[in-house]
Amino acid sequence: MTASQSTGIPLSVRHLRKSYGGRVVLDSLSLDIAAGEIFVMMGPSGSGKSVFLRHLIGLEEPDSGEILVGGERVGPNAADPTHRLAMVFQSGGLLNSLTVEENVGLYLSEHRLKSPAEVARIVAEKLSLVQLGPPDAQKYPSELSGGMRKRVAIARALVVEPQLILYDEPTSELDPLVSLTIGREIVNLNSRIGATTVVVTHHRDLAFGIADRIAFLADGKILALGRPAEIRASSIPLLQQFLAAEFK
Amino acid sequence: MFRNLGEMVLLFVATVRALPRAWRERRKIGEQLYDIGNASLFMACVLSFFIGGVLSLQSGPVLVENGIGSALGNLVAIAMCKELAPVMMSILIAGRVGSAMAAELGSMCVYQEIDALRTLAINPIHFLVLPRVVAISVAVPCLVIFANLVGWLGGALVAAHNDRIAVPWSTFFASLRDGVDTGDILNGLIKSFVFAVCIGVICCHQGLTTMGGPRGIGRSVTKAVVNSLVLILILDYVLTRLLLPFDNVFSV
Repeated sequence: MTASQSTGIPLSVRHLRKSYGGRVVLDSLSLDIAAGEIFVMMGPSGSGKSVFLRHLIGLEEPDSGEILVGGERVGPNAADPTHRLAMVFQSGGLLNSLTVEENVGLYLSEHRLKSPAEVARIVAEKLSLVQLGPPDAQKYPSELSGGMRKRVAIARALVVEPQLILYDEPTSELDPLVSLTIGREIVNLNSRIGATTVVVTHHRDLAFGIADRIAFLADGKILALGRPAEIRASSIPLLQQFLAAEFK
Repeated sequence: MFRNLGEMVLLFVATVRALPRAWRERRKIGEQLYDIGNASLFMACVLSFFIGGVLSLQSGPVLVENGIGSALGNLVAIAMCKELAPVMMSILIAGRVGSAMAAELGSMCVYQEIDALRTLAINPIHFLVLPRVVAISVAVPCLVIFANLVGWLGGALVAAHNDRIAVPWSTFFASLRDGVDTGDILNGLIKSFVFAVCIGVICCHQGLTTMGGPRGIGRSVTKAVVNSLVLILILDYVLTRLLLPFDNVFSV
């Protein structure tokens, strides 16, 4: 699924460690993600997946270790640097006081990168990429369904023209059909814009449906890392338990 | 507590450093000003009218009994413009506007909107704090001028129509005109400006440091209002003391 015209950037995590009040959340995590790859971090709730993602974009500072994005160390202001990063938050993170159009065009209008007419054109283009039309553009986030909010959040991330795009639980609180649509969107966007994609989820179907590689995280440690088939074949008991868990 | 104070000082410094961007953020400042006016103008009017009235009612009979009823306008005017209008308007704004600010920013924090801004390389201080602090710093002194006028009117009305006072309008306003000078008005405006900056910074800081879901938002709002009120009353004494030597300097 790696994009043919990759504009993505590689990512390296070295001995990343983070603890809150003595509880270790990330325990010396090390991994490499290739440019243009769709990398899924899977694991049970509370395993440290979202904290890992927040470190990648500089929203959290590690206790020790380092993260290199495109060869450059991520600091506290990761959003400012040479590389364009974007993140789709679990809750969407849309500003409720702004319309969909204003939310999506926020990056361009706040930094005055384009004229208002160009911003409107780009916003319409990005919204159409996530199958949202002009009538949706004038709505406020509170008027949208959970799936639409997620898609608006993706459109907002796309406006940055990211080289690295991070998704935090993109299908949480969504029904299976909408989850499927969001999963397809992630893959389509990856092949269209070629950005390196990191997805954090505890949804097995999504993980195996979209990933080039999967890491299984539990108690802050990577227990397994490999291609989906390798993860399925793993003999690690907790991973097997996680993959086989279902109502009987 | 000291950590909180330190963070608030840093937020204040960052807001002051962001002031050159204020013109760029004029639309947001305008929206905030509109919201503040909308939320407080009617209440300010009612509050000031009755404060002026009760001042007349309490002090009028005593002054009349001592044969100095003609000084009532002076007393009401000075009390309103130097003390009651700045303090009462600031308390009103802390309760109505400051609480709303803390709740809005707190909710944005809890629902990852602030994080989203950071990932878009948008500084929350420029985007959220600056417009609010500038708007509140402009709005409160304006409200104080308005409160002065309405309070004087309330005082004059009670003075003229209460049988135990019976000070005519003309006497009341003649005394007011003789007793109040620009320095007295400026004194109240300086106080209200300082109170407003404090309310803005405290409420924005509480909002931006909210943690722990809806319960955390409630906690932030309560802390924002209580801290603002305590600081207003402490600063009121400090500023009154500091401004005393300038009473004659400001006078025109």
